[in-house]
Amino acid sequence: MRPVYMVSGGITKFAKSTPKKDFRYMAKESFDQAMADVPNLSLDQIDGSVIAYFSDHFTRQLMAGIMVQDYLGLTPKPSKRVESGGATGGMCFQTAWEAIASGRMNVCAAVGFETMSHVNTWKGNEFIALASDVNFDYPVGGFYTGYYAMMVRRHMHEFGTTERQLAAVSVKNHGNALHNPYAQFPAELTIEDVLNSEMVADPLKRLDICVMSDGAATAILASEEMAFRLTDKPILISGVGTGTDAMRLSDRPSREVILLDHERAEDYKDLKYPGVHSFRGGRVAAKEAYKMAGIENPLEQLDFVELHDAFTSSEIQTYEDLGLCKYGDGGKFVESGAANVNGKMPVNPSGGLLACGHPVGATGLMQSVFALWQLQGTIGQHFGGDNTLQINNAKRGLIHSHAGTGTYITCSILERGF
Amino acid sequence: MNEKKPLPFKMEEVEQGCVLYNLDPIVMKYHYEVDYIHSYAQDSPFFEGLAKGELKGSRCTKCGGTFATPRSHCMTCGAETEWMQLPLTGKVHTYTTCYFGGQEFLAETPFTLIMVEWPGVDTLFLSRLIGVAPEDVKIGMDIQAKFKRLSQFKPTDVYFVPVG
Repeated sequence: MRPVYMVSGGITKFAKSTPKKDFRYMAKESFDQAMADVPNLSLDQIDGSVIAYFSDHFTRQLMAGIMVQDYLGLTPKPSKRVESGGATGGMCFQTAWEAIASGRMNVCAAVGFETMSHVNTWKGNEFIALASDVNFDYPVGGFYTGYYAMMVRRHMHEFGTTERQLAAVSVKNHGNALHNPYAQFPAELTIEDVLNSEMVADPLKRLDICVMSDGAATAILASEEMAFRLTDKPILISGVGTGTDAMRLSDRPSREVILLDHERAEDYKDLKYPGVHSFRGGRVAAKEAYKMAGIENPLEQLDFVELHDAFTSSEIQTYEDLGLCKYGDGGKFVESGAANVNGKMPVNPSGGLLACGHPVGATGLMQSVFALWQLQGTIGQHFGGDNTLQINNAKRGLIHSHAGTGTYITCSILERGF
Repeated sequence: MNEKKPLPFKMEEVEQGCVLYNLDPIVMKYHYEVDYIHSYAQDSPFFEGLAKGELKGSRCTKCGGTFATPRSHCMTCGAETEWMQLPLTGKVHTYTTCYFGGQEFLAETPFTLIMVEWPGVDTLFLSRLIGVAPEDVKIGMDIQAKFKRLSQFKPTDVYFVPVG
């Protein structure tokens, strides 16, 4: 394998609905923004692409990937579609990484999109729930918020996590997004606002849950030689990891905790793992990525994390999977302020899915774009002069993309290559 | 004999029109519905069991692993499983009450989802809990399976109620 760099990225402003732009147009908009940041890169230097979207139901257009490929002017070069539920964007990023790492390509465009506005919210929830076993799970009342509610209910039972701690995630992420012009749902909230918002599936309320979105994002990846030719601020992708778990939440047998380097078996003597309270796939993804990047203690060796907070609860669960704190301590971690922009480990400084939106195929790539700008120190430049979310001297960050009830999870480590 | 029909001289007009929301850009409504022929295939005996008032899980013939939600091959060792009867009483492992849902289930809200656990069975089973107010559902509460009299051949042919 050879080193792979991210050289530029682009995103559309995520929105509830974008009737004036279809998926091709949005993909092109994000692609052009990425191209504008590397003026030395011409279209004919791009060797191929990975183009990703989650749902054929939302798109109602099969082979939409090739329509993006031709709209971008990349035909007849190689391209493929990847799909991994909510982790589609993260998997698209890693598939492009593989194309460069293997030596097959020197420059590869990773492009993701989703257009969820073409059906009403409740039909959209039905479509998303088709990503649960249609024999045993979907017909019982298929609803992802319901599945996550059962997981966090058990997390609360095992570890004493509270609804106020969940609300703290929502307050933090919506608040960060006040300084992110790309965010769909920036808001200044209090814990009480979140607690008093409409109950959706007990204990998850309206403000604990991300919204549906239209949007697209692009990441351009390159070999070392091309990267340094294209930009003086290339970002090295120093680690990738991918984990999985059973489709059915009910099929998570109890085993021993998969330990990270800085953890000890004694920490988890009586913990049944993963149960329905933790994401074993997330732990496996983190472990593989840390090993490749040489990270032994993520809390000390990462400067920020952009993670898949489709629900406030999954952000708390993910702190633990990533080893930012012990299993069970996720609620206290956010409550302590550790995950704030100026905290020990800023988590979702962009506002995350909760506030930026979640156009599924674009989401994992959106994270890569925000991470790139953090590491290049260009947040202010890209956020209309507002530098509030720029993390001082950010050298290394982690992006985390997550599907289903924890079925596909990707972690990628990005760090300054200059 | 072989007389040719006259060729049409214009495209036929239709009168049903379309539902138009907007002109700039043009936004219109499009109906989209299918009949889908679904087979439960190797899972069929589970649904047949529900119709007979039986709850069936799987046991691995090689490693002995047990699955409350059936599967024909073991997810640990890959060997074939055999059917096993699950007890009709179990416990609530976790729960939620849904006040919203996918469109198909909106009319049924609020409804309570539970994961059911049985001692000695390695995995769980997703079902609905009936007859308990949302605030009274508790992890660990004893529950009992009930079966619909008119089977729909869906996993909701079984549901749970509190014991006693």
